Amino acid sequence: MNWNWLNRNTDQILSWLLAHLWLAALPTLLGLLLALPLGALAFRYRWSYATLITLAGLLYTIPSLALFVVLPGILGTRILNPLNVVVALTLYTLALLVRVVADALDSVPPLVRQSATAMGYRPIRSLITVQLPLAVPVIGAGLRVAAVSNVSLVSVAALLGVPQLGQLFLVGFQLDFYTPIIAGIVLCLLVAGVFDTIILVAVRIATPWTRAVSHR
Amino acid sequence: MINFDDVSKIFGDGDHRTAAVEDLTIEIPTGKITVFVGPSGCGKTTSLRMINRMIEPTSGTVLIDGVDTRSIDAPKLRRGIGYVIQNAGLFPHRTVLDNVATVPVLEGQSRKAARAVAAELLERVGLPGEMGRRYPAQLSGGQQQRVGVARALAADPPVMLMDEPFSAVDPVVRAQLQDEFTRLQADLGKTIVFVTHDIDEAVKLGDAIAVFAVGGRLAQYATPAEVLSHPADDFVADYVGRDRGYRALSFTVAGNLPVHDEPTLRLRSTGDSSLIPPDAAPGEPYWVLVVDDARQPRGWVDARRDTGGRPLDLDDLVLGGSLVGPQSSLRTALDAALSSPSGRGVAIDADGRVTGTVEARDVLDAIERARVAQGVLDGAEPPAASARTGDADQAAAAVLS
Amino acid sequence: MNGAFTWLTTGANWSGPDGVLARLAEHLWYTFLALAIALVIALPIGAAIGHTGRLTGLVSGLANALRALPTLGLLILLALWGLGTFKGSIALVGPAIAVLVILAIPPILSNTYAGIAAVDPAARDAAKGMGMTGREVLTKVELPVALPLIMSGIRSAFLQVVATATIAAVVSLGGFGRYVIDGNSTQNYPMMVAGSLLVAVLAIVGDRILALIGHFVISPGLTGRKVRARATTSDMVVAIEMEGGSAVLEPANRAGGDR
Repeated sequence: MNWNWLNRNTDQILSWLLAHLWLAALPTLLGLLLALPLGALAFRYRWSYATLITLAGLLYTIPSLALFVVLPGILGTRILNPLNVVVALTLYTLALLVRVVADALDSVPPLVRQSATAMGYRPIRSLITVQLPLAVPVIGAGLRVAAVSNVSLVSVAALLGVPQLGQLFLVGFQLDFYTPIIAGIVLCLLVAGVFDTIILVAVRIATPWTRAVSHR
Repeated sequence: MINFDDVSKIFGDGDHRTAAVEDLTIEIPTGKITVFVGPSGCGKTTSLRMINRMIEPTSGTVLIDGVDTRSIDAPKLRRGIGYVIQNAGLFPHRTVLDNVATVPVLEGQSRKAARAVAAELLERVGLPGEMGRRYPAQLSGGQQQRVGVARALAADPPVMLMDEPFSAVDPVVRAQLQDEFTRLQADLGKTIVFVTHDIDEAVKLGDAIAVFAVGGRLAQYATPAEVLSHPADDFVADYVGRDRGYRALSFTVAGNLPVHDEPTLRLRSTGDSSLIPPDAAPGEPYWVLVVDDARQPRGWVDARRDTGGRPLDLDDLVLGGSLVGPQSSLRTALDAALSSPSGRGVAIDADGRVTGTVEARDVLDAIERARVAQGVLDGAEPPAASARTGDADQAAAAVLS
Repeated sequence: MNGAFTWLTTGANWSGPDGVLARLAEHLWYTFLALAIALVIALPIGAAIGHTGRLTGLVSGLANALRALPTLGLLILLALWGLGTFKGSIALVGPAIAVLVILAIPPILSNTYAGIAAVDPAARDAAKGMGMTGREVLTKVELPVALPLIMSGIRSAFLQVVATATIAAVVSLGGFGRYVIDGNSTQNYPMMVAGSLLVAVLAIVGDRILALIGHFVISPGLTGRKVRARATTSDMVVAIEMEGGSAVLEPANRAGGDR
């Protein structure tokens, strides 16, 4: 492990790290924001569930590199434009989370939903204030998967010239040099770990009732 | 028969030992239904599962027909014992027919032969033949339970173990299953050990009941009648619950209760106020029994009510309660009298035709005579707290007739 | 886009060692090989863990950690190591296949374990009580009932492998990825897009075929819904079956954390 090399290239590495952070985080959040209403729709209107899920599944089946390549043609951007990455990963996150959100809402006990309705909650309000909070644990689990996957997927875009931590791997390959590769892996793992922890903590905070039960 | 010889099951060790079953010694008779009953944590299920070695005893021996269960390879042992559990535990990936055929196939029988046996058994437990092609997920709870019983019977094992098999269904279905089970056993005569927490179920189904107390202690082992009339200690008395005096009546056949003549009115006849005797108390209803053309009881009508001369129909009737048949118990007779608006219970013959009525006071007289006869017998022979075969009750019944 | 279609309809591009058919064969071969190895490793371990109920935390933690590994980094790391250690084509192909296997294991492992753990305990108890040996319970009851989730895991692994094999072209592996990598270095965008489309079609068609196989192999008595539902409410691994693939989720947020 050549620490000198790392020292000398700290600036470059940091800039790549930063790029990686927002390239992974932004699509995750965007995907979640889009998946919430779509998933709720799929859950509420059973006829749309099959279609939406099939579409989502189809999307998720497409390998990441392929999507990174095809999107510029559709979006009209240049191939190494980070925007492609953001759009592609948002689509992946969306594809994954639509089903998670729908199934998470499905896992809320029907009795809870019915009591809310019986008490006079309107559907949207019930969804947002009663059902979604209860669905948070399952959605959170799915979100962690999406976030962690995105961190890995972003690095793939290095093959197309997009600047982020993935470039470290290419540098290492070209120079026949382990240091940048290991650095890249470690940093990716760190970022993934941080995202994972943030989401876990967020879920914990959002579900105080689960903590209360455990302290019996 | 099955013998428990000083069997114990202890969990944990050192300071944290809990006895699930403690020094159990019991002999379970062949060809009869023995019920293990008791509250949660009393060791009844643990004891049951020690018979087929799903749980291994910590000490003591379990013998089936004199053979130590430990001397037989466990899976082999279990294939010779029918096992029915709560929620049936059917295999969701197999059809109902293949579920029932499981053990014969395991034993090496050809699938075709096994399925034929299975089809027969499905009929026996009261399921239509076409149900064999369905999957468990398509069946109701009661149907699944029947399949579970059929599956346990498939290899025609001499012994059957049943762990709360009817607890997971609603009371109506449960009663049906219990009745059919009793009928089935009458045909098959298997040695059955049945676990339940429901004392009523135990009393209804068991030829012998073993009452377990928390901590795995056997509190009493006797016939249901004996447990109800002479509970061994406070725990058993408490567990059997209230009304045990009343419930014990169900074990005595009404036999030769006096049956009084009862004037009847036919359905669709016009009301006949001449039926009311002149000395009948005024101001209260005078009940007359109404029968149909087959002389089967349909209900009671107040003869004083003004039906306006039109023929009697079902809407005019107040329905009566239980009916006293030739095999009915004192309990049924008393209930018939109590649940009838007139205070007279309707007695019927084997074909369901009215033979007359019984009155509550007659039942009470019969109870008193039985009690006296029992006291005479008790004086001659001090009662033992453990296994009584109930011949005292038979003697009492004999006294009545 | 048009360029891609032109490229695809040019006959010359389909034959020869660099042609579509050759690349397809390569891609399929890597996929098949990696899946086979991953199955041999992950199925027994997953079955054992699900059956005995031990080591679940460790295994699911490991499976999830693997998802965090950047595939590109892993590929290049092992490729370099391979180049330094071996001679010839095995130097690159070996490590690449190794990475494919490593990434294919988690979905199969997690889903197998979750599927078996979600089998109705009453069915398991009844099976044992009827006189089945441990092995018979596993093969005759648990595995068949867990099959929907297991197939789901296999489909997910398939997608993972196809995608990673595409990327592995950067370390000189063959397959459709070559079109993307080579196209990128020669600025041949139509070829890149063509390669991407081919990969996408391969993934989708392969997934459909696996779904069809699953349909025939899985008992009609299992809608999979009940198993999935139980897995969702159990507080261990939450496994979700997708039509297009599957995502295996981490230990759902157990109240109080992993105490």
